Amino acid sequence: METGLLFQLVLNGLIVGALYGVVAMSFVLIYKASQVVNFAQGEFLLVGAWVCWWLLTTWQLPFWAGFLVTLAFMTLFGVILQVVVLRPLIGEPVISVIMATVGLSIFFQALMKWMFGVFAQPFPPIFPVERVRILGLEVQSVYLMSLGISLLIMLGFWWFFTWSKHGLAMRATAFDQQVAQSLGVSVPRVFAMSWAISAVVSAVAGVVVGVVNGVSSALSFYGIKVFPAVILGGLDSVVGAVLGGLIVGVLENLAQYVDAEWLNWGNMYQVAPFYALILILLIKPYGLFGTKTIERV
Amino acid sequence: MSGMTPAGDFRSSYRADTTIFPTRGSRVALLIGIAILCTCPLMLGRYELGLLITIGFMGIAALGLNILVGFTGQISIGHAAFFGFGAFASALLAEHHVPVPIAIWGAGLMTAVVGLVFGAPAARLKGLYLAIATLAAQFILEDFFARARWFTGGVAGRITEPYTVFGVSFDREETYFYVVLAHVVLMFLAAANLMRTRDGRALVAVRDHYLSAEIMGINLAYYRTLSFAISSFFAGVGGALYAHYLLFVSVEAFNILFSIQFLAMVIIGGLGSVMGSLMGAAFMVLLPELVQVGADLLAGSAIDRALKLGASISFLREMVVGAAIILFLIFEPDGLAHRWRLVKAYWKLYPYSH
Repeated sequence: METGLLFQLVLNGLIVGALYGVVAMSFVLIYKASQVVNFAQGEFLLVGAWVCWWLLTTWQLPFWAGFLVTLAFMTLFGVILQVVVLRPLIGEPVISVIMATVGLSIFFQALMKWMFGVFAQPFPPIFPVERVRILGLEVQSVYLMSLGISLLIMLGFWWFFTWSKHGLAMRATAFDQQVAQSLGVSVPRVFAMSWAISAVVSAVAGVVVGVVNGVSSALSFYGIKVFPAVILGGLDSVVGAVLGGLIVGVLENLAQYVDAEWLNWGNMYQVAPFYALILILLIKPYGLFGTKTIERV
Repeated sequence: MSGMTPAGDFRSSYRADTTIFPTRGSRVALLIGIAILCTCPLMLGRYELGLLITIGFMGIAALGLNILVGFTGQISIGHAAFFGFGAFASALLAEHHVPVPIAIWGAGLMTAVVGLVFGAPAARLKGLYLAIATLAAQFILEDFFARARWFTGGVAGRITEPYTVFGVSFDREETYFYVVLAHVVLMFLAAANLMRTRDGRALVAVRDHYLSAEIMGINLAYYRTLSFAISSFFAGVGGALYAHYLLFVSVEAFNILFSIQFLAMVIIGGLGSVMGSLMGAAFMVLLPELVQVGADLLAGSAIDRALKLGASISFLREMVVGAAIILFLIFEPDGLAHRWRLVKAYWKLYPYSH
């Protein structure tokens, strides 16, 4: 086995996995705060990336301005979704809530295809593309940027939930809604805020992927890849989400390698995480870091 | 089954309480309804018949999903994959010289076995964990379809045999309609009957409160998995009917969007309602047609030019499906079946509806 290729694959996996980790983190954020399993997480990436692309190409805004407007838009987008669609469904069975987010997912996927077409569109060049050598491995600078931004977001999350007032209010709500309410935390506001933050963070990830690979409806697949990551890490653990994302990223690349070398099945890159998902669900359904609810099914 | 009963119709035995058709009126109405449907091929064009046939096999599959979601309270986001498995299985059986009428049921049984395999996690998982497991099943089966050339014909797809009994071929809309109608009646009666049996009541008990159900001696793992098998059986039969209607099955058809459409049918029709499944299927089949009609009406107008309606009709249909799911969940969570019951109650009490 060529060790060089293997290292390269692992590194690629870590770079993609960091992005999965970021998306998984924002998924877990919504789940922890409002107990909603968001099947429309990938559409946050999609909408964010398309909006940013549109501002940059049609309106010719400079990148920083377009990016800031995108973030503002996504904040609004997240809050509106929560208030209009999810708030009326509070107290409904899990199935209804899941279905509502599934409905959102196909609605926005189709809307984006309608507005921007089905073909991948490249971002206007923002960063010079060059190859950098690290530890004897060739890496494109955009990938490094993507890794850097992922790490920055994770650091931001850590700061937000450990030190900021709103982050603490969110953790309190996730821990016990009634207690948080009696301490003066506005639970509806926390719900709306969690959706806004999740949408914004996912949009950043979407823009990063867009800059690297171009914007297309394939972005929404990140929302599906989130499930193996969060199940592996545990549905309600932010650390687990990051770790799960990294593992899934590496697993994909290794599966592709194994497939290309020995199996020749093709398509393992896409499917391997789902085999892993089924296995984890059968063996350890609460994941590596998830809270074990003691109940026998 | 439940709902209003006329004055004077007292039930004096458990048997009377669990009949599918509580009154003579409902039995007569059913027979008249079937009789009217039987005359459809004489009156309607091929296009309309095609729509009715589609409603039929989609309705059967939706009914299967409703048994899983509505009656047992388990969610599946991989129903289209089972539907597709049934379609390919029936085509494969027919190719190996199994008569098509038998191949359809054989395909149902084979799909039920696959459903058992992917339903195995259901013995341990519930709620959203199960939803995610079935999502994985969807992708794994889709990948299997793309890879297993012996089963699906790969990217080229698979050509299927027409439905033939004793040398008579039912390969036109006018004739195939009766085949689908017969299967629909059979499957819906079977489902309505299932809900009267011990097993059917056990499924509902599992949905309503799994802990109480277990205390009453219901084996949870057994009934959760059983519900998956039954649901897959219905999906398989529906898929087989689809295969022998189109006479061609392609690999790409059974994607996650299709699965979501089945869920939409169940939710729009009404969770836990047998007839609701058919109403939901009819709604979901006719809705895209309505979108098409709307787009045709606007064709050539300023709105059409500004929004490119004609070119993006398929996206519009998807959007309408998504919007319908969300709107029904918010405004009519009990679905069309509930609305239908309200309408019936209104007319029964007509002058004094308050």
